[in-house]
Amino acid sequence: MSELGAVFARCRDEDRAALVAYLPAGYPTQHDSELAVTTLAESGADIIEVGVPYTDPLMDGPVIQDAADTALRAGFRFAGLFRCVEAARAAGAVPVVMSYWNPVLRYGPDRFAAHLSAAGGSGLITPDLIPDEAAVWTSAARTHGVDPIFLVAPSSTDERLAMTTAACGGFVYAASTMGVTGARTAVGGGARVLVDRTRAVSDLPVCVGLGVSTGDQAAEVAAFADGVIVGSALVAALRDDSTREGLRALTEELAQGVRRR
Amino acid sequence: MSTHAETAAAMVAGRFGDFGGRYVPEALVAALDELDRARLDALTDPAFQAELQELQRTYTGRPNPLTEAPRFAAHAGGARIFLKREDLNHTGSHKINNALGQGLLTRRMGKTRVIAETGAGQHGVATATVAALLGLECVVYMGKVDTERQALNVARMRLLGAEVVAVDHGSATLKDAINEAMRDWVTNVEHTHYLLGTVTGPHPFPSMVRDFHSVIGAEAHDQLLALTGRLPDIVCACVGGGSNAIGIFHRFVDEPSVRLVGLEAGGEGVDTGRHAARFATGVPGVLHGAATFVLQDEDGQTLESHSVSAGLDYPSVGPEHAYLNASGRAEYHPVTDAEAMDAFALLCRTEGIIPAIESAHALAGALRLGREAGPGTHILVNLSGRGDKDMDTAAHWFGLLDAQGAPRE
Ligand SMILES: Cc1ncc(COP(=O)(O)O)c(C=O)c1O
Repeated sequence: MSELGAVFARCRDEDRAALVAYLPAGYPTQHDSELAVTTLAESGADIIEVGVPYTDPLMDGPVIQDAADTALRAGFRFAGLFRCVEAARAAGAVPVVMSYWNPVLRYGPDRFAAHLSAAGGSGLITPDLIPDEAAVWTSAARTHGVDPIFLVAPSSTDERLAMTTAACGGFVYAASTMGVTGARTAVGGGARVLVDRTRAVSDLPVCVGLGVSTGDQAAEVAAFADGVIVGSALVAALRDDSTREGLRALTEELAQGVRRR
Repeated sequence: MSTHAETAAAMVAGRFGDFGGRYVPEALVAALDELDRARLDALTDPAFQAELQELQRTYTGRPNPLTEAPRFAAHAGGARIFLKREDLNHTGSHKINNALGQGLLTRRMGKTRVIAETGAGQHGVATATVAALLGLECVVYMGKVDTERQALNVARMRLLGAEVVAVDHGSATLKDAINEAMRDWVTNVEHTHYLLGTVTGPHPFPSMVRDFHSVIGAEAHDQLLALTGRLPDIVCACVGGGSNAIGIFHRFVDEPSVRLVGLEAGGEGVDTGRHAARFATGVPGVLHGAATFVLQDEDGQTLESHSVSAGLDYPSVGPEHAYLNASGRAEYHPVTDAEAMDAFALLCRTEGIIPAIESAHALAGALRLGREAGPGTHILVNLSGRGDKDMDTAAHWFGLLDAQGAPRE
């Protein structure tokens, strides 16, 4: 079983969902981002999704776009990504990376997989790489023991759900609403339908993302998903309180939420 | 609208050799598949083709003329230069060819809303025009910087009933407008079509947009043969995303005697870092859904481009051009702002035609190529648009206005 698989097995034993917490590397500065992922791990995040700030984040809403801009202006470089992964690992969480494809392509998919693995990263989530285009990546990932994590969406056909989940390792990322990242007041009934359709074709754990921002929403999603992914709300909490106390409080609330299924 | 130039291998899953493809969120795949089916059906549907051709004739004003430019060509080493007059189309550029085609496809798919990105504003105006004609809701995304330098085109779009959204993220130019349009599309894809304005983006956009523009080269081919009795030696066009260039190249790709030359924006010079010379300095990568040449740094972050012409100010280029470049079938050269503006002025004075600054890059290329190739060379130039939108830029460039914007004595 992959290391990610072990996280979900442990959560199943504890009768709860996993908390998957996203923050961009280098935000608001490189040093602060390493402290922030440490805070996530200390406050109950099981899996930490370290984002690669990118100039053209077309799956992201305003909160994460602004964070990426800030990180890039502060001088984010690729080496900083791996330091965040190491920090998350050192603090006891299982790190994965989320990156648009071009930065990984430019770094070199094989080199990226090797360096991610060496830093303690377990997987890569690729919001703009579909398995149809991912032959080079999945083989590099396999070579270095990194799980390729692809997204499924409400508009995915059953054939594509089967094809996409077959290409995934670790877990499946269910993008529950049609749209970009950002906190929403309602998580949307489509999430449960998508999780059920995904389970019908795959045994992998299914994590739900896009829109969760509160402990109550986390509990709602934890009732039917294996993991709850939270991004924009955590970025906003870090943005609004540089002491990271707000980040800590929200992460703890979410961690309680995934235990209240 | 043939696709005869594509080898089967080059077209696997919407690829042009190593380029093209679909680098998109999974959420968009179903819409891209639907679009691909709709455009392939339409290609072979006589009723669709008849409606499109009728609109091209009675609304766009096709076929537009081929104009020989002898007084301009006198500066081109004895070459003969022929201008394909896309500037005479309704709305003032080639962009209407694609906007009409995709507008009709939108209706065919039962969608009621179109969104578009625009840089110079020409594609936004063409889309707003077609939306008004077909009764579609229309939202145009435009970088904030571009809304300021192309304020008149913003007013035109609003007059035509479109909502114009100024995008203030990233570099606040065309690439950011495309990002924002993609975000809108993924959110509203059920009833919205993304009317992308050039031959980039995920499959099927590069092929579909090319097919809607291939009328340019098809007409020019027949007009040239009627006029000169032979094929041109060189076909040249400016290359932003690459739609006007692919539109005029397509008919000639299988004519090996014809040299195909794309002119990209060299800005202040390719060694200054302030340019949009993707082939001269870019690296293969992925941007906006396609594998192609991209201006990027060592971390794969997109670099900002620069050009005096907003329509060429884009850090990436259509994947079929990347393929034609790699295969050697076409060649791509930079033209600086200064060279383009010289050619702009020369065409105004020698032929009484004010070109778009984008098109002036192709004209500068023709002057250079004519001098290199020598007397008797026949050069076909795509005059992709007219210069009305560029009056402000040109007036400042040539010092025709004082600091208050009033005419200088
Ligand atoms: C007149 C004109 N020519 C050329 C272009 C560049 O686009 P493309 O390379 O897709 O033809 C534009 C874009 O705005 C334009 O307005």
